Amino acid sequence: MFRRAQDINEKSTWQELTPGAEIYEPATSLQVKTGDWRVMVPVFKEAQCKQCLLCVPFCPDNSIPVKDGRRLDFDFDHCKGCGICYKVCKFEAIDFVKEEK
Amino acid sequence: MAIRERLSGNEAVATAMRQIDPDVMGAFPITPSTEIPQYFSDFIANGKVHTEFIPVESEHSAMSTCMGASAAGARAVTATSSAGLAFMYELLWVSASMRLPITMAVVNRALTGPININNDHSDSMGARDSGWMQIYAETNQEVYDNFIQAVLIAEACRLPIMVCQDGFITSHGVSNIDLIEDEKVKAFVGEYEPENYLLKHDNPLAVGPYGVSPYYMEIKRAQAQAMKDAMPVIRDVANKFYDMTGRQYGFFEEYKMDDADVALVVIGSSAGTGKEAVDRLRSEGQKVGLIKLRVFRPFPRIPLAEAMCKVKAVAIMDKAEGFSNSGGPLFNEARNSLYDLPDKPYAVNYIYGLGGRDITVEDFYDIYRDLYVICENDDPGDVYRYVGVRDSRY
Repeated sequence: MFRRAQDINEKSTWQELTPGAEIYEPATSLQVKTGDWRVMVPVFKEAQCKQCLLCVPFCPDNSIPVKDGRRLDFDFDHCKGCGICYKVCKFEAIDFVKEEK
Repeated sequence: MAIRERLSGNEAVATAMRQIDPDVMGAFPITPSTEIPQYFSDFIANGKVHTEFIPVESEHSAMSTCMGASAAGARAVTATSSAGLAFMYELLWVSASMRLPITMAVVNRALTGPININNDHSDSMGARDSGWMQIYAETNQEVYDNFIQAVLIAEACRLPIMVCQDGFITSHGVSNIDLIEDEKVKAFVGEYEPENYLLKHDNPLAVGPYGVSPYYMEIKRAQAQAMKDAMPVIRDVANKFYDMTGRQYGFFEEYKMDDADVALVVIGSSAGTGKEAVDRLRSEGQKVGLIKLRVFRPFPRIPLAEAMCKVKAVAIMDKAEGFSNSGGPLFNEARNSLYDLPDKPYAVNYIYGLGGRDITVEDFYDIYRDLYVICENDDPGDVYRYVGVRDSRY
């Protein structure tokens, strides 16, 4: 059997990689936490949100989860802090601020 | 029983392709390899093969087509020459890195600058570090035999392979050839059954991912291992081919080397001219030999060095100028392979045959004479030499 993506990491030796770096399963990008790329961070202000959901399709990283027709807070494991959601929001329900780490 | 035929090298490759009946061919015409997809198109039109032929608008697309097909799980082939190979350059690295076993007929032709359609090895030698395997042929028979073996070698190694022959000299020169029966070739190459491929329904697969710095070097190291591991595979496939045909293939051929004083190392059709020179000089009592390199990638470093060590001086022949200021590509690697050996021969380089310049039996006499002079003087002189070029100094 081939190695699963979750068993390959930055400590893996060359012998432990797959031929051609092939990946033998779907949705492995979920395992790559791109949230630490962020400099700026969006802040969800739920009280002002009209649940128009315009921000959701604009998010290039699928980092705005939706449940039962309502958006939830950001998926900060994967949000890269691009600010597109903040730009498209008509109701000032998203702030965009420098992230303190 | 073998089938006696007379075919050009291009016809021989197209015939091998027909017998292999690959799933996909992506191709764009370029002299002198144009005839390969042309003959193959006839086979398709006449219902002799089941191949999906994809005529594209460039060699970049021809290789991209083969890569897509191969990743999808198909056995993919193509053919090209010279500027066409150069136009594939980017994809050569990508396909090798993706470990896609594509088989490509390369009909060697000079690279442009100045434009020239005749034979030398500058095209494939320019791609020597791309991660593709490379096998060269002296004759039409060899290119046919090599192509059939190449498919199996590529798939067993999961590396792409170039099957090279000399443009016009073998590609358009018609000679006698023993063909293998169709059903025997089909049985020899078998069905291509990759373990994982994009069209496998129950096996979602991603190919060609981005390789960030923490992974890139390990990916390259693994790829280098695949090239090392190709050596025994090439030997095993040659043994299997010998069992079928009685025709023997190694990493190189040694011609009258056992008692030789001096020798040549040469690639491709010029070996035939060199052998004629060997025979004539031997009839005059001169113990000369010749090594014809068949497999250039992987480079058979250790066995080649051992073979060269049988003589006192060796002339390493390059049909490509490397512009390195230290000789041609074959010279650098062959000479390097001698470095660790205690009793090594003198090794000098001759650049020859660029852009279709003929090399004659008399040229080979001159080279062998030079080698004897080196032995007598115990001095190699300038190791980076030319043969067959007009030079005001001489």
